[in-house]
Amino acid sequence: MSSIGTGYDLSVTTFSPDGRVFQIEYAAKAVDNSGTVIGIKCKDGIVLGVEKLISSKMMLPGSNRRIHAVHRHSGMAVAGLAADGRQIVARAKSEAASYERVYGEAIPVKELADRVASYVHLCTLYWWLRPFGCGIILGGYDREGPQLYMIEPSGISYRYFGAAIGKGRQAAKTEIEKLKLSEMTCREGVIEVAKIIYAVHDEAKDKAFELEMSWVCDESNHQHQKVPDDLLEQAKAAAKAALEEMDAD
Amino acid sequence: MDLHLNAPYCMGTIVGVTYDDGVVLGADSRMTIGMLVANDSVSDKITQLTDKVYICRSGPAAVLEFVSDYVRNILDQQTIQFGQPATVKATANLVRLFSYKNTNAIQMGQMGMIVGGWDKYEGGQIFAVAQGGTILKLPYAIDGSGSSGIEGFLDRAWKEGMSKDKAEKLVVKAVSLAIASDAASGGAVRTVTINSDGVRKNCYPPDSLPLCDDKRRRTKTKKTTTTRTERRIDAPKP
Repeated sequence: MSSIGTGYDLSVTTFSPDGRVFQIEYAAKAVDNSGTVIGIKCKDGIVLGVEKLISSKMMLPGSNRRIHAVHRHSGMAVAGLAADGRQIVARAKSEAASYERVYGEAIPVKELADRVASYVHLCTLYWWLRPFGCGIILGGYDREGPQLYMIEPSGISYRYFGAAIGKGRQAAKTEIEKLKLSEMTCREGVIEVAKIIYAVHDEAKDKAFELEMSWVCDESNHQHQKVPDDLLEQAKAAAKAALEEMDAD
Repeated sequence: MDLHLNAPYCMGTIVGVTYDDGVVLGADSRMTIGMLVANDSVSDKITQLTDKVYICRSGPAAVLEFVSDYVRNILDQQTIQFGQPATVKATANLVRLFSYKNTNAIQMGQMGMIVGGWDKYEGGQIFAVAQGGTILKLPYAIDGSGSSGIEGFLDRAWKEGMSKDKAEKLVVKAVSLAIASDAASGGAVRTVTINSDGVRKNCYPPDSLPLCDDKRRRTKTKKTTTTRTERRIDAPKP
């Protein structure tokens, strides 16, 4: 690997001569090795989708969730080390609750993203803490409308209208860019996200996967919830059909 | 309850009403120390907390000044963080958290506050924060020692969707009535009108207030006395 920083990568508190902190970059690699996670902002809300790679046939379908609700109006999809992700979700829930206790209103999504990003960044500053090995896609719907944020292990948080992390992110980003998101409703968005995840899933390298999706939109009354089962089945069927079409070509 | 008889109180009367486009807050300007009137003209019981949210204070003066400063400090930081002023609800929540958490410490008597303002999400709102930290969102609210006398008046006179001038006149009338009937209320009537355009403050000096020199009352009393005396003095006419 050309980016091994010999000697400068032993601690997160060491910079390399060319100004990089290698430990944070290695943490990002942990994210890159996980199943693809996609988030898109449609005109009436947010759709999150996860390619949850199943490591054993004995796992119960629907268990080991990668998408977590943080507050009534927002949810997070986690890519990378699942245990690290749980920690971040717990912190996000606590930030949202404490904001509401002090200010009497639901936390604005931007503020939530800032706080989570600060927390992730905090763990890159001390030698006795290691950086979180996960990337987060946070989607929420507040007074300012639907918003999508991505938080990387370095603590950077940007606002997006389409984001992808994990194994198939390059292909997924290309597909997302083709979509006309500003004209799409979340119903349509769910189907598109399912298609993209099925398309970027590598059958050869990875075994089975489970598709996990959630949304926050006008239809869900601005609440973050799992995509309804019938719509999810519809999306899966459409995705499989699209794959067959592609294979047939 | 431990009334500190040497500490200034700004009991008085405070009023807050919503109208079609915003809110009008009003207060008298009397400050008392024990049973004496300390000052009738200087105190401004309506204090700014953030751009378009003000608080009317009634109770122990020192405590309330502290609450205003404390909440204003938090909101200054919050405004910088969020890039926009706090909403009325968030402001009222901070005020009532202070009241709730310090109920036991504040042993200086009844404390009532009215937080009123305008924000772009919900428009004009009035929140009454009572002793102990209860928060109530209301279309209009009154507090202070002089408020009990005007409860009925305001219930009758407040109408939904009033214009700005009507609302301001209503507030001035309400506070004037309270001044006329309460010993701890007096002085000028200050009003603050807050709406989407901004904040406008007014001060109505004591002699401009309706009922200020009790003309109506004195005339009534005079008539009765005169009539009685006339009857007594006038011997049956020949």
